[in-house]
Amino acid sequence: MAHTPGSKQVENDIRNTYQWLEDRLPILSFINNSVGSNFMAPRNLNYMWNFGSLAGIALVLQILTGIFLAMHYKPDVAMAFDSIQHIMRDVNWGWLIRNMHMVGASFFFIVVYIHMARGLYYGSYKSPREVLWGIGVIIFLLMMATGFLGYVLPWGQMSYWGATVITNLLSVIPFIGQDIVVWLWGGYSVGDPTLNRFFVLHFVLPFVIVGIVILHIWALHEHGSNNPKGVDLKTKGDYIPFHPYYTIKDVFGLGVYLIPFTFMVFYAPEYLGHTDNNIPADPLVTPAHIVPEWYFLPFYAILRAIPIKELGVLAMFGAIAILLVLPWLDKHPVRSARFRPLYRPLYVLFLMNFVLLGWCGMMPPEGIYVLIAQAATAFYFGFFALLPILSKFEKAKPVPTSI
Amino acid sequence: MSQKPESHDVNDEVALGDVDAERRALLVNATAAFGIAGAACVALPFVSSMNPSRSVKAMATIDVNLTEIPEGEAKTFLWQGKPVFVWHRNAAQIEEARKGDATATLDPAKDADRVQKAEWLVVMGVCTHLGCVPMRGGEFGGWRCPCHGSQFDDSGRVRQGPAGTNLEIPPYRFLDDNTIRVG
Repeated sequence: MAHTPGSKQVENDIRNTYQWLEDRLPILSFINNSVGSNFMAPRNLNYMWNFGSLAGIALVLQILTGIFLAMHYKPDVAMAFDSIQHIMRDVNWGWLIRNMHMVGASFFFIVVYIHMARGLYYGSYKSPREVLWGIGVIIFLLMMATGFLGYVLPWGQMSYWGATVITNLLSVIPFIGQDIVVWLWGGYSVGDPTLNRFFVLHFVLPFVIVGIVILHIWALHEHGSNNPKGVDLKTKGDYIPFHPYYTIKDVFGLGVYLIPFTFMVFYAPEYLGHTDNNIPADPLVTPAHIVPEWYFLPFYAILRAIPIKELGVLAMFGAIAILLVLPWLDKHPVRSARFRPLYRPLYVLFLMNFVLLGWCGMMPPEGIYVLIAQAATAFYFGFFALLPILSKFEKAKPVPTSI
Repeated sequence: MSQKPESHDVNDEVALGDVDAERRALLVNATAAFGIAGAACVALPFVSSMNPSRSVKAMATIDVNLTEIPEGEAKTFLWQGKPVFVWHRNAAQIEEARKGDATATLDPAKDADRVQKAEWLVVMGVCTHLGCVPMRGGEFGGWRCPCHGSQFDDSGRVRQGPAGTNLEIPPYRFLDDNTIRVG
């Protein structure tokens, strides 16, 4: 809000600290308007609405642990693998910080997948929240890029061959693909320049994500949170202040979240990783069975399901890009799946199919697994193809006029 | 998803009179205390991770072979990333150092207290002013610092400022007559 200078009384007594600061930099009221008692939220939000703030906390935790790991890590092909061992064995609490970072990455993706599934179920992507949703998809893409770059850094076998396979995806770009891959590598294979720049990008991208998260929250505040009934809020009584109601609920949710998180950190830090990554990178030997991190598996399955290289890559990126146009595919006027008798079971099938795709991505690319992956890929895109039809013909259950 | 009870009263300002203030204060304070204690526990490993790691600590000692230092000369060794001067003093130099007991007034110390064996002076090669490495020379038989001109005598005592204290003596012990372990 623009104010004419000198048009209002200014507190000059610094002992009245809040007002003194407020008249100079209204940051405290900005926070209060954003996540405080002055931000009004629907009063019927359920626990599915915890995952936004959880994702924010997961991001902060990744940045914090990452900064401290970067103080000990060396992005050099001759030293990277050993510097990880150094962190695990020599650095005070290095094992804890690295385990938190590894498990934190997986949990970040779990939280964000649930956050996205929530949006998909309650129609949070629909007007007027298309941009909010789109920014979220971009954050998801950046997260995948960051996760991939980070997985390369330990310079184990999976790091090296994962990097080789994923960067080679870009070779399908007509005419200039091969040149782009060489440019990306800084050489004729994944090597020292690649590792060095991947480290820099892995360090920088999370801060880009922070910036885009701010846009995400900005867009959220423009129209406020969606709610389980998916109807627009009408009266003042439909709202409760974010603080203390949702801050306390989010803190409670955080406590619950930290139980499995700390369990994994202390008892199963490698469970979601791959043992082959404890073998130093060897450009002469590809591991017999190469698997990406679990959070890429569904998309990896789509890539492998299609036996034509170019189409496979296109389908994989398309599987994510299609989320960007989701608000225009699903134009059904009812937001929440609770009142959509056809969309709701279809949604459940979609989630199950997504897990099935993930399972396919884990299996070797041969025999029956390829057939299942192809069917699951067809269903994945079929779901989105059905949405415009449902928009026209699905008859919704009676929608309440208010929450 | 189950719905929330519709009876939830949003006009809490009205209902505030029913609040057990003492109970609420206890809960808020206990939660805050646990939160702060938890944050401190989490912060500890992060702060600690910046301290010297085990690999650095493993380099904490060096063994010096004294036979390679001729009488009357000093050699420099690297210990924990810093130079250590080991000076094989001859009789005249020991004599000078002992004479200095009376004249070293900036930071008085007896030469006998600064050595384990009179012929071996072991001091840190780090000027006590701002950390430069002093060079052999100066007017007092020992070292002079190229950075700001401090001078040290045959016992490593400061004789001219700006340094205010004598060259430090690192912890060391004789493993045998020809070897010392620093650290």
